Amino acid sequence: MVIDVRDVHFAIGGRSIFQGVNLTARRGRITAIMGPSGTGKTTLLRLITAQIAADRGQVLAFGSDVATLGTKQVYALRRRMGMLFQNGALLTDLDVFENVAFPVREHTDLPEPLIRKLVLTKLQAVGLRGAAELMPGELSGGMARRVALARAIVMDPEVLIYDEPFVGLDPISLGMILRLVKRMNEALGITSLIVSHDVQEVSSIADDSYLLSGGRVAAAGSPAQLRDSDSPAVRQFMTGGAEGPVAFHYPAPDYLAQLLGDV
Amino acid sequence: MSNGSAVRLEGVRRLGATAIFLVRLVAASVPALARPRLIVNQIYNAGARSLIIIMLSGLFVGMVLGLQGFQLLQRFGSEDVLGSAAALGLLKELGPVITALLFAGRAGTALTSEIGLMRATDQLTAMQIMAVDPMRYVAAPRFLGGVIAMPLLAAIFGLIGLFGAQLIGVQLMGVDSGVFWSQTQDSVRLRDVTEGIVKSVVFGIACSLIAVYEGYNAERTAAGVGLATTRTVVASSVLTLLLDYVLTAAFL
Repeated sequence: MVIDVRDVHFAIGGRSIFQGVNLTARRGRITAIMGPSGTGKTTLLRLITAQIAADRGQVLAFGSDVATLGTKQVYALRRRMGMLFQNGALLTDLDVFENVAFPVREHTDLPEPLIRKLVLTKLQAVGLRGAAELMPGELSGGMARRVALARAIVMDPEVLIYDEPFVGLDPISLGMILRLVKRMNEALGITSLIVSHDVQEVSSIADDSYLLSGGRVAAAGSPAQLRDSDSPAVRQFMTGGAEGPVAFHYPAPDYLAQLLGDV
Repeated sequence: MSNGSAVRLEGVRRLGATAIFLVRLVAASVPALARPRLIVNQIYNAGARSLIIIMLSGLFVGMVLGLQGFQLLQRFGSEDVLGSAAALGLLKELGPVITALLFAGRAGTALTSEIGLMRATDQLTAMQIMAVDPMRYVAAPRFLGGVIAMPLLAAIFGLIGLFGAQLIGVQLMGVDSGVFWSQTQDSVRLRDVTEGIVKSVVFGIACSLIAVYEGYNAERTAAGVGLATTRTVVASSVLTLLLDYVLTAAFL
């Protein structure tokens, strides 16, 4: 078990986000965390990467409770993780090559020729060796995300965390990212944690999946098990149905009364 | 709680937060010194790129000083001291103060919006996840760059300003060139130079601190970054003028 979230409670500004979330990411597998927008998926990633601390419960990464670690230990922990941000979060004042080289330069004293080879092999892995000289502003959304992926794997992390990796991509870029995620997992044996609400895409590659809803894990299992769930809420989310416990309409006063009334 | 006391409380909170930020910034500046390339880049950004506006403004301020000073001193028949009036005015007051105001508008806003956008686009968070401290990599080099650039800019401003005053006073109004320069040389003491340098260093710390703080703590929206940029200009300008009074009084 690489990541183990145990009975986590968390609230922001009095609003409860999690009430007892339990989930685990097992070594060498792809774990998907799904759920509707606003269920705190990104908050969960912030808890796992020790950016914030849980109110109650524990988050264990590589066996140690992240809340008890000091700054140095947190940084040591993060060097074993790679994270892909939704928008790539490339450093806009560095070109593609330097972006990928950034963690290497910061954390090692490798000689320049070695850094060059390392960065070029990672860029080759995401198919963007030819784009090494471009600035982040010149990249499309899909390319930026692939560069960010190259940067996330350049230090050979044990865990890769993806925050909504499939949002806003055209079908070709989407297919590329999907295959890359799968390949990183198979070829490099990287444990992967994917947070996403793109059910179809993430179901096609995940080994284990969790469905977050209302501050808890509503369902857990393989993607196939979740699809065949007899819970109406789980089925509605997995199939994207309009009918189900989650209503299309935000709570509002009576429609007819509001139209006919003065207010 | 009444609205007034809530505003005052918020003001005190921001003051405290800025002070804590300054301590963190100074702590991060020590290891940042080991990466001189980053600091040099920021001196270029904040300093070299502000040169044109500083030099142009210095020239015009000096010319106005020459014109006004000449008119005023002529009334008392003492236009010969124009040189010392211009030199002391530029060295002790106008140089550091106007440079700081221009710095806040040119370099401070650029710093705030750059760091604010880095925050908004997750670049700072991404650094933290890559186990790189953004205080050390982003904030401290920009702060140090501003602190180093400010006295240099103020010196250039003063120099060009004196040239502008001479241009009007000597070339146009006919003050004797030898008198102008010897008056300048006689009246400026080391203490006056020190005052100018101390002022510009203090203004450099204040303006760079505000610019970096506002950017680092900007809300992650377009409106948030805009607001932070405005705050940088307003707070830097007011604080510069306030500190100027305090320092002037201290040097008397």
